Amino acid sequence: MDKNKIIELKDITMNYEGEPVLRGINLDIHDKEFVTLLGPSGCGKTTTLRIVGGFLTPDSGDVLFGGKRVNDVPPYKRPVNTVFQKYALFPHLNVYENVAFGLRLKKTPETEVARRVGEMLELVDLKGFDKRSVNQLSGGQQQRIAIARALINNPKVLLLDEPLGALDLKLRKEMQIELKKIQQRMEITFIYVTHDQEEALTMSDTVVVMKDGTIQQIGTPQDIYNEPRNAFVADFIGESNILPGIMHKDYLVEFAGNNFECVDKGFSPMEPVDVVIRPEDIQLVPASDEVLNGVVENVQFKGVHYEIIVRAYSDTWVIHSTRAPEVGSIVGITLTPEDIHIMKKSDVKKVNYFKSESEAEASDIEQQI
Amino acid sequence: MNSRSKLAAAPYLLWMIVFIVVPLILIAVFAFTTSVTCDAEGNLLTEEELSEYLAECEENEVEPELTERTVFTIKNILDVSKYSTVLINSAWLALIATAICLVIAYPLAYMISRMFYTRQKLALMLVMLPMWMNFLLRTYAWMTLLEKNGLINRLLGLIGIAPLNMINTQGAVVLGMIYNYLPFMVMPLYSVMTKIDDRTIEAAQDLGANGWQVVSRVIMPLSMPGVASGITMVFVPSVSTFIISRMLGGGTNMLVGDLIDLQFLGNAYNPNLGAAISLVLMVFIFLCMSITNQLDNEDMEGVLL
Repeated sequence: MDKNKIIELKDITMNYEGEPVLRGINLDIHDKEFVTLLGPSGCGKTTTLRIVGGFLTPDSGDVLFGGKRVNDVPPYKRPVNTVFQKYALFPHLNVYENVAFGLRLKKTPETEVARRVGEMLELVDLKGFDKRSVNQLSGGQQQRIAIARALINNPKVLLLDEPLGALDLKLRKEMQIELKKIQQRMEITFIYVTHDQEEALTMSDTVVVMKDGTIQQIGTPQDIYNEPRNAFVADFIGESNILPGIMHKDYLVEFAGNNFECVDKGFSPMEPVDVVIRPEDIQLVPASDEVLNGVVENVQFKGVHYEIIVRAYSDTWVIHSTRAPEVGSIVGITLTPEDIHIMKKSDVKKVNYFKSESEAEASDIEQQI
Repeated sequence: MNSRSKLAAAPYLLWMIVFIVVPLILIAVFAFTTSVTCDAEGNLLTEEELSEYLAECEENEVEPELTERTVFTIKNILDVSKYSTVLINSAWLALIATAICLVIAYPLAYMISRMFYTRQKLALMLVMLPMWMNFLLRTYAWMTLLEKNGLINRLLGLIGIAPLNMINTQGAVVLGMIYNYLPFMVMPLYSVMTKIDDRTIEAAQDLGANGWQVVSRVIMPLSMPGVASGITMVFVPSVSTFIISRMLGGGTNMLVGDLIDLQFLGNAYNPNLGAAISLVLMVFIFLCMSITNQLDNEDMEGVLL
């Protein structure tokens, strides 16, 4: 039993208009931990966060804060504060009053308020913005105010609901670093919701990958990336080639018409499996009879590397390489046993999570719950 | 403004001149003038001179030759002060009606604004529904309800309560104002409240605000523009109404509207005085409105309907 568990979710289920949104969430969150709930829209990550914040009551299961059940405790009595997706600043108050809001509710003396607000504005690098109207601030500045406003109450846990979603890429990267710094300086727990896997890997101590209201995997960013538990996680966290294969015996798998040595074991003989291979792990070599050969269908420059689409056997492979073969040429593919990850066959055949418009819409629907 | 948009604005400008500016000028002209009687040469006659002249004509059995002349005067405006009790009474009743409308409409508008979208439409339709009926008919219906032998008194009689004197009271007039103008309070309140983001309310709760603190620190300040326009839209028609007071007040509770009506269409025919009262009422309403508009925070967008 872990002593520094501060929040526990036990068997949380939640339905919205007859549709299950969460199907049995079990999650422990520790003190000073940066936890990210990661998943595609509609996976239940925002719903989970809102249950922790107290804005939703689960249909069944328990929410425990420091071992005490808080299911029926309203948001204003919970020791957590939230940074909302679209900041939700108070439009009728200036920057100073927005940040001071939490203290004013507690009837804090004016000198104390001024000191704390000054500290917070300094923390988020917006000193001297006190008298500005929040409507005059840029998205990034509004975001910082939202963070300052949430932190002024000294919460034990800060909940962040896709806080960087509305910012441009460069600003987002800056804010990622800054958020991590703030979390370390304040020494509190952050629960962060995002659909951006890179964001999750950059900032988190623990990543919780969710899909369809269930937790797929909990682990450090390294674990999640290097040892994805199933094909969904593998594909959602970074790009992956997911190929159908058959596990002949321990350490031997057949796919793409060839037998490969691998490091996995414990499957039944001839069990159909998913074979997951990261694009950057694949080596391109000159075509020969000893290796798997394929035709280069497309080459795209991506900055650091080329993304090469190769058709080999009956599969399409995505390969990342620093050199570009000719389109139409035949290349050889080699793999080391460590590059081959064998997953139990899941119902997820091939998942594509490009951030499309329909996803944004679905995300909005989840927000409304 | 470029020439094309100037051209596009022309019809509206013309409309405003013909139906707003010109009538306003006419009212002002009427308010500051009066007709006086003059002799045939157009010389102003005093009361004594006039009665002397009329007596003379009667003696000599000739038709008196008199002309009318319009002269500038502030007497009309000064005369309005004779009716100050009517003006104060009107403002008082309108104020009560506006206050009660606000108290009823505020929670109602808030509840509607937090309903599910399709329910909101239905609820708004129900609020507006009475307005689809003719104004006179609606007010007339209240007469039959409130009468001595009306529906309410008969129902009270069934349970053994002596008939109440409801019609022809100030209470009945206020009731009529509330009933007729409540939707005008609900609509602007609803339209600002529906723009308050749920997340803003949640943010307040999250920061430690209980139910009342959410209302007083977030919802109220954010709905002030709606309160200001709601007050305007109920107070202005209430203060100048004459049908409601005539039908439900029974003429015993004369309002400014009745007074003006009397000067133009009634027995006390005096358009000059009528115009003067209208002008005073207009200035009064203008002053009231500039006070209410202070509710509108300078940072907030006013909601104009």
